[in-house]
Amino acid sequence: MSSVKTAYDKAKAEGRAALVGYLPAGFPSVDGAIEAARTMVDAGCDVIEIGLPYSDPMMDGPTIQDAVHQALVGGARVADVFRTVEAVAETGVPTLVMTYWNPVDRYGVDAFARDLKSAGGAGLITPDLTPEEGGDWLAAADAHDLDKVFLVALSSTDERIEKITAASRGFVYAASLMGVTGARTAVDTGAPRLVERTRASIEKQGLDLPVGLGLGVGDGAQAAEVAGFADGVIVGSAFIRRLLDAPDQASGLAGVRALTADLARGVRREL
Amino acid sequence: MTIDAARGASGVPADSSRTFLSPGTQVPDATGHFGAFGGRFAPEALMAALDELTREFDAAKTDPSFTAELDDLLANYAGRPSLLTEAERFAAHAGGARILLKREDLNHTGSHKINNVLGQALLTKRMGKKRVIAETGAGQHGVATATAAALLGLECTVYMGEVDTERQALNVARMRMLGAEVVPVKTGSRTLKDACNEAFRDWVASVDTTHYVIGSVMGPHPFPMMVRDFQRIIGVEARRQCLDLTGKLPDAVVACVGGGSNAIGMFHAFVPDDDVKLFGFEAGGDGVASGRHAATLVGGSLGVIHGMRTYLLQDDEGQTLETHSISAGLDYPGVGPEHSWLHDTGRAEYHEITDTEAMDAFSLLCRTEGIIPAIESAHALAGAIKVGRELGPDATIVVCLSGRGDKDMHTAAGFFGLMPEGDEAK
Repeated sequence: MSSVKTAYDKAKAEGRAALVGYLPAGFPSVDGAIEAARTMVDAGCDVIEIGLPYSDPMMDGPTIQDAVHQALVGGARVADVFRTVEAVAETGVPTLVMTYWNPVDRYGVDAFARDLKSAGGAGLITPDLTPEEGGDWLAAADAHDLDKVFLVALSSTDERIEKITAASRGFVYAASLMGVTGARTAVDTGAPRLVERTRASIEKQGLDLPVGLGLGVGDGAQAAEVAGFADGVIVGSAFIRRLLDAPDQASGLAGVRALTADLARGVRREL
Repeated sequence: MTIDAARGASGVPADSSRTFLSPGTQVPDATGHFGAFGGRFAPEALMAALDELTREFDAAKTDPSFTAELDDLLANYAGRPSLLTEAERFAAHAGGARILLKREDLNHTGSHKINNVLGQALLTKRMGKKRVIAETGAGQHGVATATAAALLGLECTVYMGEVDTERQALNVARMRMLGAEVVPVKTGSRTLKDACNEAFRDWVASVDTTHYVIGSVMGPHPFPMMVRDFQRIIGVEARRQCLDLTGKLPDAVVACVGGGSNAIGMFHAFVPDDDVKLFGFEAGGDGVASGRHAATLVGGSLGVIHGMRTYLLQDDEGQTLETHSISAGLDYPGVGPEHSWLHDTGRAEYHEITDTEAMDAFSLLCRTEGIIPAIESAHALAGAIKVGRELGPDATIVVCLSGRGDKDMHTAAGFFGLMPEGDEAK
């Protein structure tokens, strides 16, 4: 049983959505990222995504671009990603890695899966790999019992949603808008319909798979709105923004803690 | 049949399907794979648009009204067929081999880029989209896209690395004169690859109304195949012109390779001609051994970049390496997947040309033939000198002169010390 799925189920049993927080490894430093992610766990995240810093983050807006650039300039390596996963997973919260495909391809798909598993990682989110090109990864994930989180988009046809949900394990990542990462002032009006279509496809195939919604969510009020129609709320850039804007690490962590608490109230619809 | 004989009384080619004749090779497959290369490593948000583009292109290439419109634009707007010019004085420096220059520099906008852009701009209209975006390095593709957008009444935004906007300032002005918005890209290495990233970011958010006119045989399927099919007219014409002029096929065909669109365009018609050697010349910068270069097939390894599986310049962890070339148009860490396939199957050979070798050839063509080439194309000329010396005086070599060098005068003047300070020193 997927630990990510278990976390979603627990949230559901509590009558709320799961809170999924993203942070890239190595930002603002390897230890700084570990501390920030542990703070996110402590303040109420149910699942953590650790980003693997990559030189060409084609799907990311300026905030995540800045953070991964700092991480790479700081010398972040794949080994640091695994170390970060290990330190976060020790808290008992399921920890995924979100990565563009080339670093995994370069590392060796099976070797990456093996080392992620031994670090205690739960699986991969792959924003530029769809099931069609993902044969090696599907096999490695099955061999090492890892979650395969693929994305669905507002533009996805029903046929594609079916293919993607059939290949997914852990949860399905619904991209709430057509665009790159980064907090927005409002949730796209098409998002509830996408979640509905994805759930219909899951049901039709007799699968049991939660649907998390990400891209653009930045505060508790938006989290509450998303929690009204999705199983999970995914937040990334807003956490990074707190760290980028803070004058020092301590106030950055305080900002991350406060945001997590706000989002945690949001997913419980206490706002 | 010669090109001229293929033309009707109106001057429009009678054989309207000639652009898309696709003999010999069976690549890519239905999912865009050239052997182990290519494919579609793209965000899910773009998949519907890539599927739509694949369908529209398939339909368009067998639609007589589309091919007639494209052929008309190529003939009466871009100025095709381009000439095949014999370069006798230049050839004396290339082992005495017969050198024939395929004059893509004489096309409207000054390079081969217009061939692809006219095709994609027509497709944009066919899909009912109102806006085009493009990435550009040297500015040739950006200028061509801005030109086609002006002609067909489309909005146009061009992404260009900040470093390139500085070294190709004249082309920035040209694009703006043509009504395009030029966005300097300030992320990463601030060159072509970062312009591609930014164009993809725009596209993900604008795909309902916007077509991304990728400028080379790169990106996710169907781009490498589609851009090839729009560029293959270079080789189709050159092959016929060479036969008309010499009575036989050339011994070798030579082109420069960055992303590789002029090279694929030139090579493709010759791929089934086993006796014709195909040579691609990559940007060697300060030399591949120095690490400061952009010679992907010579010095790269297999990976995924910008939506395709191909050779690229990357470190041991899969991070893209910074590249260097005196030529902005070749300063790119990846290469079109069909080149990776031609490389691995051995059908084409790829070598490096250093900045200095390219500039020597640049100068030589200026002074022996009165033709100022683009610095990109100078890499092909430097390669032709090497191939000519190897094959000897009995050989005939067709060289793709992919663009003209007006845009490079600032770089060339600096390189050769022709600035005002240089004059004072004399």
